This record gives sequence, structure tokens and C-alpha cells, in this order.
Amino acid sequence: MKETGDRRQGTVLCLLFVYHKKYSFKETENRPLSPHLILKSMSLIKTDKVSYEYIRRDKDGAVEGINKAVDEIDLSVEKGDFIAILGANGSGKSTLAKHFNALLYPVGGTVFVGGMDTRDEEHLWDIRQTTGMVFQNPDNQIIGTVVEEDVAFGPENMGVKSRDIWERVIRSLKSVDMFEYRKHSPSRLSGGQKQRVAIAGVLAMQPECIVLDEPTAMLDPMGRKEVIASIRELNKTFGITIILITHYMEEAVHADKVYIMDKGRIVMQGTPKQIFTNVEELRGVGLSVPKVTELAFELRRRGVDLPEGILTETELANELCRTLSEAKHRKF
Amino acid sequence: MIRDITLGQYYQTESVLHGLDPRLKIIGTFLYIISLFLVRDIFGYAVAGIFLAVLIVLSHVPFKFMVRGLKGILVLLIFTGVVNVFLTPGEVLVSVWKFNITREGLKVGSRMVIRLVFLVIGSSLMTLTTTPNRLTDGLERVLKPLKRLKLPVHEMAMIMSIALGFIPILIEELDKIMKAQSARGADFESKKLSARIKSMVPILVPLFVSAFRRAGDLATAMEARCYHGGEGRTKLKPLRYRRADYIAYLVLILYFILIIAEGIIF
Repeated sequence: MKETGDRRQGTVLCLLFVYHKKYSFKETENRPLSPHLILKSMSLIKTDKVSYEYIRRDKDGAVEGINKAVDEIDLSVEKGDFIAILGANGSGKSTLAKHFNALLYPVGGTVFVGGMDTRDEEHLWDIRQTTGMVFQNPDNQIIGTVVEEDVAFGPENMGVKSRDIWERVIRSLKSVDMFEYRKHSPSRLSGGQKQRVAIAGVLAMQPECIVLDEPTAMLDPMGRKEVIASIRELNKTFGITIILITHYMEEAVHADKVYIMDKGRIVMQGTPKQIFTNVEELRGVGLSVPKVTELAFELRRRGVDLPEGILTETELANELCRTLSEAKHRKF
Repeated sequence: MIRDITLGQYYQTESVLHGLDPRLKIIGTFLYIISLFLVRDIFGYAVAGIFLAVLIVLSHVPFKFMVRGLKGILVLLIFTGVVNVFLTPGEVLVSVWKFNITREGLKVGSRMVIRLVFLVIGSSLMTLTTTPNRLTDGLERVLKPLKRLKLPVHEMAMIMSIALGFIPILIEELDKIMKAQSARGADFESKKLSARIKSMVPILVPLFVSAFRRAGDLATAMEARCYHGGEGRTKLKPLRYRRADYIAYLVLILYFILIIAEGIIF
């Protein structure tokens, strides 16, 4: 039992963090706010030359250097979109993601969420409610000791009435297919299940958009599949806008639009088909294309007659069958 | 192995006591402890004892679980008993070397011991029949008036409930760290105390580091879900008194009156 003290310590610190953050974000921003763009932008999320930098300090606190994590990024996300943002480690994709629900404020440029400037403190909670966020580590974002209580955490903070919270909890858990686990302790669930609970927790806040910051990075292949299936389901059936941050190409295949980030900048953008055609270029920024696409690419290079931008196994199989039968015809 | 430790001593079963509101149980335990300090003679103790016995039967918790709580204070019990028996001046019954056992000493000593035993069993009855979650909820509500004195009541309750949720995660982490360190030749089984203490360092340092990181992550996740303190917060399962709770309050008041009346009459 000697360890219990240390465990408590961690939580105490966590709460200290909350306190610290709660009272310190006011000082960080002194640039004037931009006028609302409600009419100008119909986009759900719009960034305008957004930059963010981390200041490196030596041990005396003197500035050693500045890391530009995000460098003048312009992008816009429309309602109902499924966007994937890809990039190697350290490309700034997670930093960018944290701007979408005002966890970070841009050093330069502006982020608009539903027409609200994220630096506008008045709308802080509206913004966080509009874009929910799911993080990488499933253990570090579950607050409740029972699944249903965890899902209720968001609505509780928003001051939703108890009866309505129940309704939201039940609906959210059902839409990620975790309803039967509502009485379980999260610590007994698998990684994929925990992550789906986390998604349900965001859903219960009834957001228009969910930002998922590498939600599958710590999961096994099974869990990864579950989570991606849930995300696609939410986008298709409920029309919830999805921004998926990942470095797994396979997960971006179903997106409407893919952005590739490198060194804080967007280096490529387009549909998955357009993006994955440029196998060499992707390799240049430290990314590899999906295995199927790579196979097709190598086959093409060796003279097999295949179209560009093959993304799924079925597609490749169909194309191969076609080429083979054509080759047969030519022989006769 | 260490994953199966259950913290808090909740005993899962169905009973009247389990179903009662945690606020009632907290206030009840508090009143019961006060009542133990109000009683002066054997009748009072009898009343308190019978009351406790009835509660134990109602709780459906095996008696041995309550006795378990006494083990921790065994030394204290013996010490209190011995000191009181030997050091209370009065009519000498037996004399051992320089110490005298007095009639008053026996009386005071046994009272102190009984009082302590009742106190411990009474309060463990509360923790045995209430889940840690409901307990923190109840505590937050009961202590709400202290908010006026600028005491961070909501924050304390939040810390407690998060701590409870993180125990299994950190135990798992501890397990991993211990295995990783053993794989690199760390020796946790040494008989020498100094070696054992030294071997704790390579476990505690990584555990602390990861706890800090988790704390930071969790704080961000809480903020992302609109957490901004207790202000304007609603509850999924708000505490509501039911009929059984009102009846229990009535019984509690009757018991308390009985104790006070007994003190005045006898």
C-alpha cells in the first residue's frame, strides 16, 4: 500500500494543472481579436495564416531558439466533411489540431470555429462544444470510474439537466456500439473500447465536429479497426464533421480530403486518390503510402498496366483481373 | 498479481444500508461518533451497542470485515487500555510492583476501549456499504456549506474521484516498471532493508514522471470537455432522498434523543 500516496500525488498535480491553466490563459493573448466572419465564412472551421511556435529555453530561462510548429496554415473545413491530416512525427499536426478547440491559441493568424475567433474568451465554451476532441492515450482522457459517468462528464460541465444527460449518454454509447458496457469500469476495457468510450464522451456534448488526434496510435490492429469504423459511421450516418489526425495512411483512404503536413506547413492537399498517386513525394516527407497503393505503384513501374491511385485491395484485385484478361485476349 | 488490489473497502451486496443516501450515512456516522462521547454509563453503551448491532445485521456485511478494521488500531487499543487501567488513581484492587490496578482504572479503561471499538466499526460500516463514488458525491454535498469559507470542496471531491479512477491504471504501470527493472537486473527481493529502500528509487522515479505526464494529459482532456470547476455543473446521478432515507433520519434522531435523554436521567 506504500504506493497509494504517489498515486494520489499525480491526481493532485493534475488538478493543479487545471487550476493553473484555468487562470493563466487570460494573460497569454493580447493581440486584438478579429471581427467575426459569420457571413464571410460558411466553413465550420477556417484558419487564416495560422502560426504557432514553441519557445525553447535553456535552464536559466533565457530564450535559446524558436520552433515553428505550425507555419502560416490556411485551411477550411466544411460541415459534414471527413478530413484527414497526415504527417510524420513532429510535423506539427497535433499542434494544429489543438487550435481547433482553443486548447492552443495561434501566435499569428486566426482560427475561426463556427464563425467564432478562438481567442475570443467569451465563446471559449461554445467553441469547445462545437469541436470536441479525442486524444491519443485512451487512459489519460477517461475521467469517470464507470463508463456511463465518463460519457456524462461533458454534458455535466455544460450544465445539462440530469434527465437530458441520461438521454445523451444512452444515445452516444449506442452510436459507438458500447451501450452494453455502460456499467463497466473503463479500466477493464480494451484500448479500442476505451477510445470508443472517449468518442462517446465527446458525442454526448453534441458537437458539430470531432477532432481526433492520433486516436489509434496506441491501439492494436483490432482496436484500430473498431475506432475507424466508429468514426466513419458517425460521419456517414450522423453527418458529424471529422478531422482525423494520423500517420497511418490506411486510415485516410476514406477521407473526403487529405492534407499532408511537413515541418509545420501543408505540403500537399487533395482527395486520397490525388495524394496517394505521388508515392515518391510522400516518401520525401517521411510518409509511406498504403501497402496496396505501394504494390500497385511498384507494379506500374515495372510495366504492368494499372491506373494511378489505387487505394483498396478490391480495387487492385479488380484492376489486376482486368489487365490479365486483356493480356490473354491480346495473345490470341 | 498486484492488479487485483481493491481499494476502499466497499463490500458489494444488496441491503437496506447499501441503498441509503451517502449524505445520510456520512451525517449518521458523524452523529454516532458524537453520541459515543456523550454516553457516560453502562446503559448508554448498551444503547449504542444495540444500535450498532442492528445496523450490522441490516448491512448484510460479514462481521469479520468489520473486525478487520480493528486490526489497524490494535496497538492503540492495548495502549489505551493499559494506560487507563494502571494510571487512573482510585480504590486499589491489585498492586503490581509500582503500579496499581484501580476500580476506576478498570472502568475508564474498558470504556475507552469499547468507545474506540464502536467508533471504528461504526465508521467502517459506512465505507463498507457505500461505493467510493457515492461517498465522494455525498461528501461534496455535505461539505458544500464550507465553500463559503473558500474551501475548495468541489475540487477535493474531484481529486478523490479521479484518484480512485486512476488507481488501476497506475497499478498496471507500476507492474510494468517493476518488470522492466527486474529484466535489467534490479533486485526487489533482498532481505536487507537498505537494499530494499534503494530498489524503490528506480521504480518511483519513472512512476512519478509518468504520473506527471498523465496529469497534464488528463487536464487537457478535461478542459477539452468544457470542465471549468464546480460552477454551473450538473450531475448525471444527482443525490435524491427517498422515503427510506427520511425514515432513517427519523431513526437516527430518535437514537440521538435516547442517548441524550439517557445521559440526563441516569
